[in-house]
Amino acid sequence: MKAIVNVFLKAGVLDSQGKAVHHALGSLKFDSVEEVRVGKQIVLSLSETDEAKARAEVEQMCEALLANTVIEDYSIELRP
Amino acid sequence: MNVGIVQFPGTNCEYDTRYAFEQLGCTTQILWHKNDTVAANTDLLVVAGGFSYGDYLRSGAIARFSPIMQAVIDFAHKGGKVLGICNGFQVLTESRLLPGALKRNEHLHFLSRHHHLQVVSTDNAFLNRFTCNDIVNIPIAHHDGNYYIDEAGLRSLYDNDQVLLRYCDAQGNIANPNGSVDAIAGICNAQKNVFGLMPHPERAMESILGSSDGKRMLEGFLNA
Repeated sequence: MKAIVNVFLKAGVLDSQGKAVHHALGSLKFDSVEEVRVGKQIVLSLSETDEAKARAEVEQMCEALLANTVIEDYSIELRP
Repeated sequence: MNVGIVQFPGTNCEYDTRYAFEQLGCTTQILWHKNDTVAANTDLLVVAGGFSYGDYLRSGAIARFSPIMQAVIDFAHKGGKVLGICNGFQVLTESRLLPGALKRNEHLHFLSRHHHLQVVSTDNAFLNRFTCNDIVNIPIAHHDGNYYIDEAGLRSLYDNDQVLLRYCDAQGNIANPNGSVDAIAGICNAQKNVFGLMPHPERAMESILGSSDGKRMLEGFLNA
């Protein structure tokens, strides 16, 4: 099973990289962009086959290491 | 005074830190990250600056799980004094020994220059040789020095005199180089035994190199 973890700065925490990318897109005349958030994606290959167990374990990984919950939110997507 | 200096793969300020404390007459020991104990006679542990584990994932995030960090955390929980400089500050916030977090600098540039700092709190083991509103000149060198804490956290920092230093200009007017909340450059924990700052006092030990203000800062630990 694969777990895809997306980590983003929390809403309300200024995303300077997102702002810089937004600015650059504006320079390229992509005027329809209203907001850009830059995050990171971490892809884990797991030996676990039970979805609930896998999700619980990846949540623990996110809380302990993969995200800094003081400034970041995370989401977990599981794929067979 | 016995000072232990923590060294991870990628740490690069451990020898400057050793030099600085030896100038003050301290006995120093460099502690490789695989050590899982701290000598019983240790008076101060310094988590030195650098790029531990290449700053992978987040600055300080991987270092936090080194064997030495569990010993540092136990030492701090027993009341031992810990100082984190630059990457060391990042490691201490990631370890939750200090509140808040350090984000990428607001303008995304790596900053490497001298910067003035305003002394905010002196009732602690680190800045006891200063008076409030003193101005010091200390080098900064960081990419992720943008201190973040939420509003409630910020209030509690001020309520407990935990804000140590703020960035300012030579006249003492607040000047924010990296986007830090309230231009905060350094803080301590509520128990006032764990200290963290982005500027490098160990690089300000000789006036011929631009400033000796760091000497006065580190000397605070000798009094404590």
